[in-house]
Amino acid sequence: MSIKLTILEQMTQVAREQGRTLAPLRDDLALLDSGLDSLGIAVLVARLEDRLGTDPFTNSEDVHFPVTLGDFVKAYENGAP
Amino acid sequence: MALPEALSLRRHVAETQADRFLFDRAARIRIADLVRGTSLDGDPTALHGRSVLIATASQLTSALTLIELDGNARRLTILPPDIDGAHLGALIADAGIDAVVTDGETPHGLHDIPLHVACMPKVVPIDRGRPEHVRTEWVLLTSGTTGVPKMVVHSLTSLTAAIAPRADSDPLVWGTFYDIRRYGGLQIFLRAMLGGASLVLSSAGEPVAEHLLRLARHGVTHLSGTPSHWRRALMASAIGSISPRYVRLSGEIADQAILDNLRAAFPQAAIGHAYASTEAGVGFAVDDGLAGFPASYLEGGCGATEIKIVEGSLRMRSAALAARYAGARGASLRDSDGFVDTGDMVERRGDRYFFVGRKGGIINIGGLKVHPEEIEAVITRHPQVRMCLVRSRSSPVTGALVVADVVLKPTCVREEGRAQVKDEILELCRGALARHKVPASIAFVPELAVAATGKLARLS
Repeated sequence: MSIKLTILEQMTQVAREQGRTLAPLRDDLALLDSGLDSLGIAVLVARLEDRLGTDPFTNSEDVHFPVTLGDFVKAYENGAP
Repeated sequence: MALPEALSLRRHVAETQADRFLFDRAARIRIADLVRGTSLDGDPTALHGRSVLIATASQLTSALTLIELDGNARRLTILPPDIDGAHLGALIADAGIDAVVTDGETPHGLHDIPLHVACMPKVVPIDRGRPEHVRTEWVLLTSGTTGVPKMVVHSLTSLTAAIAPRADSDPLVWGTFYDIRRYGGLQIFLRAMLGGASLVLSSAGEPVAEHLLRLARHGVTHLSGTPSHWRRALMASAIGSISPRYVRLSGEIADQAILDNLRAAFPQAAIGHAYASTEAGVGFAVDDGLAGFPASYLEGGCGATEIKIVEGSLRMRSAALAARYAGARGASLRDSDGFVDTGDMVERRGDRYFFVGRKGGIINIGGLKVHPEEIEAVITRHPQVRMCLVRSRSSPVTGALVVADVVLKPTCVREEGRAQVKDEILELCRGALARHKVPASIAFVPELAVAATGKLARLS
């Protein structure tokens, strides 16, 4: 499964667990408008670290936390081990 | 029972029946033999009035030394087995140690102590003079995980303040999963010695199943340990070989699940959980089979111990309080009213208070706080869960998240069963806890580390 698909699948999973409704997942969607709050995004990042083996936001000092979903996915694609 | 200061431990055990013993894995000591005998290699009066470090490898020789030297040495400092050697110098200086008792090779770092005496796991007869009776200080080390352990000064009187005199004279056999060189285990040692009982000691490295079988062989009637000790014991099939009349928990929060599991395992036993800390001593016991303690305890409902709650944290005052900390690192132990702050946080629900965790153990999730123990108490409600540990996992978004490591009961082995249990646990957490307290992930692990103190090892 591609990195992007994994991310979208986990977003859906976390949203379901947290009783949240996701906005349509387009690349230019602001992460904080996605329907997940910061706790949801934190859980998402932890789950993705377990599945993809990387957490691009902790492992690199100069990565700023992404604003849009597209940037978020790109951070994982760039950081893929 | 409050002992008159004049009665030393040895004089106390002297008034004893012939058929009482101290057992460990390798040896059996008849307690009555200690009246006209000694386990020390040499003249016990050489240690008279000294500040003695008890640094034996085995619990049995520590026990024999304590009986020998209470009322004889000026101060007894009890070295727990897992002490960091780097702290020994500071401890020796702070406690003014001028003699050491060992039972084998002298541990590294103790060679400079002027007087060395060996203790053997046997009793040899001696003609005993009567050394002048000394009021002995007992120094215990706290089990803090960082820094130099604090040295807490007790006396035999404060250590035994919570031990009630026994109404009956049935022969008792005490056992404990604790090491007796820590407060929880020392309580059981003194309870057995003052209560006319035999005592079965644990041995380092002994598998749980073998320990249980040994307890069964000696006919254990009273058995004590932490909830983590008990959860481990309940996982061993040998648990069926013992049938104690009294089951005691202390040292960690006893949640409803462990109390219910013990009730199911030992339907005939009285099951009690005791609240104690090295500094505050034994505060109170709860015998109604329910977690937490009745709110009435705050209005003088728990015997000689007074308790109050300041900013959510439990404070206690009683005769069981330690006198002070020894040495330069000794911060003040009591508040202005003479209460000791236990650092244990409680929360009132209805007419009961429940322990929610340690003051310093809070996990901060994006500004929202949680005690891991609160989440653990929910997870262990699941019938397939034997024990669990909730810990912090760092997060670039919220600073921290909570995650759970869970040990399942052996009956839950099938993979699809596990996936379902995971969902059920999360469901349970979502129903009972605020959103930030629901674990971000759950991992099933074969076992959890239990520290030498008998408590679940929490990494900071």
